[in-house]
Amino acid sequence: MTLSVVLFAVLSILAIASALVTITSKHPIRSAMGLVFHFFMLAGLYLTLSAQFIAALQVLVYAGAIMVLVIFVIMLLNLGDEEKLKYKVNPRQVIGIFLGAALLVMLGTIYVTNVSVAGFNKEIAANIGTAQFLGNELYTKYIFPVEAIGILLTAAIVGAIVLAKRKLN
Amino acid sequence: MPEIIWTIIEASIKALAVVGGIQLMAALNVYLERKISAFAQNRIGPNRVGPFGTLQPFADVFKLFLKEDIVPKNADKFFHSLAPVLSLSIAIAVWAVIPFSSYVDIGDRRIYMGIAPDINVGLLFILAMTSVGVYGITLAGWSSNNKYSLLGGLRSSAQMISYELSMGLSLIGIVLITGSLSLNDIVNHQLAWDGWRWNIFLQPVGFVIFLITAFAETNRAPFDLPEAEPELVGGFNTEYSGMKFGMFFLAEYANMTTSSVLIVLFYLGGWALPVPAETLGLKDGSIALAAAHFLVFFIKVLMLLFFFIWVRWSIPRFRYDQLMNLGWKILLPISLLNVLLTALGVLYLK
Amino acid sequence: MIETYVPLIVMLVVGFGVGFLFMLLSEWLGARRTTDGKQTTYESGMIPRGTARDRFSIKFYMVAMSFIVFDIEVVFMYPWAVQLGTLGMTAFWTMFVFVLILFVGYFYEYKKGGFEWD
Repeated sequence: MTLSVVLFAVLSILAIASALVTITSKHPIRSAMGLVFHFFMLAGLYLTLSAQFIAALQVLVYAGAIMVLVIFVIMLLNLGDEEKLKYKVNPRQVIGIFLGAALLVMLGTIYVTNVSVAGFNKEIAANIGTAQFLGNELYTKYIFPVEAIGILLTAAIVGAIVLAKRKLN
Repeated sequence: MPEIIWTIIEASIKALAVVGGIQLMAALNVYLERKISAFAQNRIGPNRVGPFGTLQPFADVFKLFLKEDIVPKNADKFFHSLAPVLSLSIAIAVWAVIPFSSYVDIGDRRIYMGIAPDINVGLLFILAMTSVGVYGITLAGWSSNNKYSLLGGLRSSAQMISYELSMGLSLIGIVLITGSLSLNDIVNHQLAWDGWRWNIFLQPVGFVIFLITAFAETNRAPFDLPEAEPELVGGFNTEYSGMKFGMFFLAEYANMTTSSVLIVLFYLGGWALPVPAETLGLKDGSIALAAAHFLVFFIKVLMLLFFFIWVRWSIPRFRYDQLMNLGWKILLPISLLNVLLTALGVLYLK
Repeated sequence: MIETYVPLIVMLVVGFGVGFLFMLLSEWLGARRTTDGKQTTYESGMIPRGTARDRFSIKFYMVAMSFIVFDIEVVFMYPWAVQLGTLGMTAFWTMFVFVLILFVGYFYEYKKGGFEWD
């Protein structure tokens, strides 16, 4: 039992538990806070995979920015407790169950066949998660995707303005 | 496995010491604030409990613990209790990556004065904790079921996220110069005895922006809109009493200390001594040198704390639209420009 | 790698431990003499009017939305900033274009009055 195995066990149990709180809670704010906790656990899981930079971003962007917006929206809409819906089988759920099962099978296959990624070893793995490594990769090989993300973000701003503008005036 | 147990023991001891230190600093801040505000307003200030009233903050805390914990009837009890915990715990947790002196060598074990000051993404951890700190205040405002609390909480969270951007951008300048996100590296980069490598000289604009955003992030005057009494009763903590109110208070003073410490670490040379360590006859890794470093560091922090309090009792509060204008229309473009110019400087002067 | 983060996890546990301890202490030690008057919403002594579960201005939502976008921009700058010395001018121009593209969005929001508060 190494340290990362122990941490993985604890963090993944807590992550699954908080995810369950998120989807089962009837209270929107409670759901959202469950998700925030889940993101923290996810950050811990990234740490066990040596992805330090991504772990910090998980908290900074997801827990610190996106969930703040979600909480604002919940407060803005002033939602009460979710009403008990009459249960109906809906096609989206059926598809969702199939996709979920397919994902599970895929993960299972990877676990069973023990796929190894070419050129992957412990030394590379230790450095792969640092900001320095990411900087080297992003701004040499992936310049175009970076600029594309810039355009995507600008589109997001413009979209938000267009949606909100009717109310702003 | 034994090594990891030693790490945990060392970290636990440091963590408890740091928590104690934060509480003492908060007490010191309360005392200084009351004494200095009294001085500013021609009063005497606390002078009954202990010599010169120095024990006043401790008396305050004991009083708060014994006060009734009132929860409004329509409040969401769970989040009403959770909100102060979040505020205080996050204010404490930031200290995981903050160093406060160099290191001490005991035997062949090098002990850094900080809980984990050398982790690769330390600076991002601080920013992450700052951005998560919004939840305590938002939830406090929302769960109280009081419209003034809600408005105070919302205002304050909108203010904090607005200024966080400029804070992050001003720190990019430092990262550009240092080439690292670890706080120890950032301080070590400034450790020249003549003081001209302090980041304040290389990043004057970044320093001013960081200073302003530090005031906004800690909700201190002139950015103390969440508790604008004339319009909002008491802000997000209107419906709190007893130690739960005290915890918000404690968190505010802990954050004030943290901000001062961060300014010293990022811009004012950290624990850089005014003369070379060799002329003082202090050996690298000795307890005496670490103590000297800590003393220098602590004096700088005290000066900044005084500055925080001085500003609060001198400058009137912003109006909300002025505050948002300053954040979005002035600080954000300036800090972006600062980043690009610093990048050019780094590329051409190296 | 993970070993260097153990102290950080310890600190998080200690920090939240202290927070919960304080919260529980205040609930145990405090006096308990509740009356109906104490439990009503406090509005400076006036009889509370209206409800707190009201809708509020969409501007708060706009601020949060703009924050996400620019926060992601800043996040992209960190890996760039730590490596700029070795990456050189290409990386600088990459970031310059990136900032410029986002500045278009910023300028649009500015002109449309997205940052106005009245």
